[in-house]
Amino acid sequence: MADLRTNLAGIKSPNPFWLASAPPTNSGYQIMKAFDAGWGGAVWKTLGVPVVNVSSRYGAVNYRDNRMVGFNNIELITDRPLADNLREISEVKKRFPEHAVIASLMVETREEWHQIVRDVENAGADGIELNFGCPHGMCERGMGSAVGQEPKVLQTIVEWVKEVAKVPVITKLTPNISDITRPARAARAGGSDAISLINTIQSVVGVDLDTFVPMPNVDGKSTNGGYCGPAVKPIALNMLKNCAQDSQVGIPISGIGGVENWRDAAEFILLGASSVQVCTAVMHYGFGIIRDLKSGLERYMDEKGFKTLDDFRGKALPNIVHWEDLNLKYKVVAEINADKCIGCQLCYTACEDGAHQAIGLSSDPLIRIPSIIEENCVGCNLCSIVCPVEDCITMERRDDGKEYLTWGDRTRAGNIPKTFDDELAGGRHHWVPEPADALTKKKPRHYKG
Amino acid sequence: MAEYKPPTSEAEFAANFSPKKPLMSDTEAYYESSRCLYCYDAPCITACPTGIDIPLFIRQINSDNKDGAAKTIYESNWMGHACGNVCPTEELCEGACVYNHSDVKPIEIGRLQAHATTVVIRSKKKLFRTGKDTGKKIAVIGAGPAGISAACELRMLGHAVDIFEAKAKPSGLCVYGVAPYKLTNEEALDEVAYLQEQFGFTVQYNKPINGRMDFEKLEKGYDAIFIGIGLGSTSALGIPGEDKQGVIGALEFVEELRMNHHKTPIGKKVIVLGGGNTAMDAASESCRMGADSVVIAYRRGPEEMGAYSFEFDLAKKSGAKALFNVTPVEVMGNGSVTGVKFIRNKAAYGKIEAIPGSEFVEPCDMVLLGTGQGKQVELLEQISGVKLEHKSRILDDRGRLVVNEQYQTNNPKYFAAGDAVNGGVEVVNAAAEAKKAAHGIDQYLKR
Ligand SMILES: Cc1cc2nc3c(=O)[nH]c(=O)nc-3n(C[C@H](O)[C@H](O)[C@H](O)COP(=O)(O)OP(=O)(O)OC[C@H]3O[C@@H](n4cnc5c(N)ncnc54)[C@H](O)[C@@H]3O)c2cc1C
Ligand SMILES: Cc1cc2nc3c(=O)[nH]c(=O)nc-3n(C[C@H](O)[C@H](O)[C@H](O)COP(=O)(O)O)c2cc1C
Ligand code: SF4
Ligand code: SF4
Ligand code: SF4
Repeated sequence: MADLRTNLAGIKSPNPFWLASAPPTNSGYQIMKAFDAGWGGAVWKTLGVPVVNVSSRYGAVNYRDNRMVGFNNIELITDRPLADNLREISEVKKRFPEHAVIASLMVETREEWHQIVRDVENAGADGIELNFGCPHGMCERGMGSAVGQEPKVLQTIVEWVKEVAKVPVITKLTPNISDITRPARAARAGGSDAISLINTIQSVVGVDLDTFVPMPNVDGKSTNGGYCGPAVKPIALNMLKNCAQDSQVGIPISGIGGVENWRDAAEFILLGASSVQVCTAVMHYGFGIIRDLKSGLERYMDEKGFKTLDDFRGKALPNIVHWEDLNLKYKVVAEINADKCIGCQLCYTACEDGAHQAIGLSSDPLIRIPSIIEENCVGCNLCSIVCPVEDCITMERRDDGKEYLTWGDRTRAGNIPKTFDDELAGGRHHWVPEPADALTKKKPRHYKG
Repeated sequence: MAEYKPPTSEAEFAANFSPKKPLMSDTEAYYESSRCLYCYDAPCITACPTGIDIPLFIRQINSDNKDGAAKTIYESNWMGHACGNVCPTEELCEGACVYNHSDVKPIEIGRLQAHATTVVIRSKKKLFRTGKDTGKKIAVIGAGPAGISAACELRMLGHAVDIFEAKAKPSGLCVYGVAPYKLTNEEALDEVAYLQEQFGFTVQYNKPINGRMDFEKLEKGYDAIFIGIGLGSTSALGIPGEDKQGVIGALEFVEELRMNHHKTPIGKKVIVLGGGNTAMDAASESCRMGADSVVIAYRRGPEEMGAYSFEFDLAKKSGAKALFNVTPVEVMGNGSVTGVKFIRNKAAYGKIEAIPGSEFVEPCDMVLLGTGQGKQVELLEQISGVKLEHKSRILDDRGRLVVNEQYQTNNPKYFAAGDAVNGGVEVVNAAAEAKKAAHGIDQYLKR
């Protein structure tokens, strides 16, 4: 049976599923409920200076019938008194000694940092997370992402914290920066025990077409918010990979951004995360999703023969290389499984209008199954991605696997194409129709105009 | 045994005849429209006789552009709302949806169509501008689906249109024939009112066109004449006792049901004769009216019934039983019907043969004849230039109007479409044909 026990830089928890610092960790009530439901840890809603929140705080991106594919907020750090939070931290720790309670903090001066670190340690926090990520409201006051975007300032503050901290310190990074490894290295240089990423991405989630005000609407005005939810997962995974592969970062990572089910969590772990943090999915579905997270990850580990999280942490990292290290000789082409095809012809129109005109239709309109024109197929995957039927279009290997040649190899050998006729520069092997053929191409009879 | 109690009030009638395809809420329409794959050259479009761009209108519903969706629908089919409710979608668009090939429920195209059109009908949103006035005038006979569709399209082309309708209400069989659980009178009439408001054709009710004199008047007053008179009343069966009390045409029964709802007289034991859709409807409706027993009697086996299998299934689900391979030979009773005498058949070389001595009497107190509608031969024969014998090109030997691809009869001034031409199919066919006929008229007038 898989062992989900987690240890991130000395912060221990029964499983790697932590609640991220956000509304679900606003109170001792919520965190006790979450621990009772099975969550392994919780990063308390960020504590710090007194703030005032606005009313109407969230916006969302719905994709067709899927609600909250992306989510954004303009909330600030906690607006509950520090003393109340400290008392509740103690209470939670007393009831759940094995669970990880991490205090997220955001203050301004060195003295304030020292004081609040001592306060939360006295209350019993197992660790500290420094919020250098909040992309709105706090950065205007010189905190949050204003710090996260300045590696030097970030390092200084980490150093202040480490001057007094006895429990492990995690630095939470903002993604609103072009190279995430710079603040990550600065965190390490400052003595941070771990990093967590990503915080939310600056965003405007949509504009109301009637009021002309983006969401969320605060008395007829809006502001940029922080974007999160399933839509941001790919960005989080990329930043996680960048930090996990960077030897100058080299400290444990708590992964955050779009985790909703066990598969997402497994992907974060495969790219090097020691724990994952969840916010939007809980705001959408409640604490109960932990049952799927745990059982799914356990089953996956059992099936793969992984006994502990360490057995597969970072296992996907060696498989992400620079583009120039990819094999240029590898060749796949699309293949349609006619038995599975339902004849929607989405692959046809996608390849015809959006790719390489490598899919043809029968001249008999009653035969709806398209066919791949292999000479034209560049193996881009598009058709297999748009196909609504599982495993109906597969990408089949066509090279013999004997040759391995990368752009890097060619560059080193001085073998760089000088003309577009080069077989790999697109020209010779990439057939395109004559432009004017577009106008005589048969159209569906209902396309008007 | 009866699953339905006889309705005694409008509310009970509405409950027994609750819609087969209830109107979708905004939320349901949003979710359902989300499922559509937006197929390329989608097979659902090909399966629709009017060729509505289904993936487009579904996408328009999904992006909250319901006016646009309704416009897409109406551009192809002026009976868009009626069709959304009454079309046999299982056999048409929904039957062709690609989801059927992956054992996923097909998109509910009919209900989405009814949803989008309801939005504009309720808001009275004008979606179309009539064409520039051509100075031409067209007379349309019959305000059924064919006549109304022809009128809309002719107005789009800029011709003035006057409709002459025998009855007091428009919509033809949509109001007098189609089952009430598919389309209510209000829904049918609201759509016609919506279209009339937008297109400004006139309708003269209770104005049957009765004979040669009427036709000649129209010929003098109009540049072209469109015939959309549908079919006639239920054909007689031709067996003894057919005139007994309690024997009525299925069509006439439905017509009364549509007008009088729960006040329509219904027998306790009803026999429906026939195997077509009208017979199935009459059986389903008799069950919903609370008849104790409803028996469908058909001369051949179930697989040879003209009705769609889903209509037969619905009748069975409503409580009807079926007798196959039986031919009615006499209606029994003295004054009022007390039963039908049948003789059993066996199939022989594709024909049916009576089995001597197999007669039996099935008791009943009501007989509904689902024996098909007669054609309006006598009337059509009076159009000038039409020879009386059926070989003349205007009527085929089954009494249907003969038209060319422009839906023009052999009297060039007369065009026709709908049941009168196709012998009785669906509303959607009438809408499709009438649209083409309107363009035929336009071509004829431009010549
Ligand atoms: C019982 C029954 C159930 C049906 N159910 C369905 C269904 O579920 N779905 C479906 O799609 N189709 C159904 N149909 C078929 C559908 O109703 C017809 O195909 C369609 O209505 C044909 O339209 P039309 O305009 O050609 O004829 P009709 O609807 O018959 O309209 C003809 C119009 O012309 C008028 N008229 C006739 N003679 C004259 C005259 N001399 N002068 C002036 N006006 C005249 C009539 O009063 C009527 O208003 C059903 C038919 C029946 C009988
Ligand atoms: C396959 C692919 C190739 C792209 N190539 C380019 C490019 O050559 N130049 C460019 O400016 N952007 C390129 N983009 C980015 C797009 O122009 C666009 O900025 C981005 O996809 C976001 O828009 P979307 O969400 O509508 O896809 C590419 C995007 C895709 C999907
Ligand atoms: S893989 Fe790309 S190029 Fe090949 S058929 Fe599919 S869409 Fe076309
Ligand atoms: S996308 Fe898939 S199901 Fe649709 S036509 Fe292409 S192969 Fe068939
Ligand atoms: S066939 Fe079905 S899925 Fe495809 S466009 Fe039509 S309704 Fe949509």
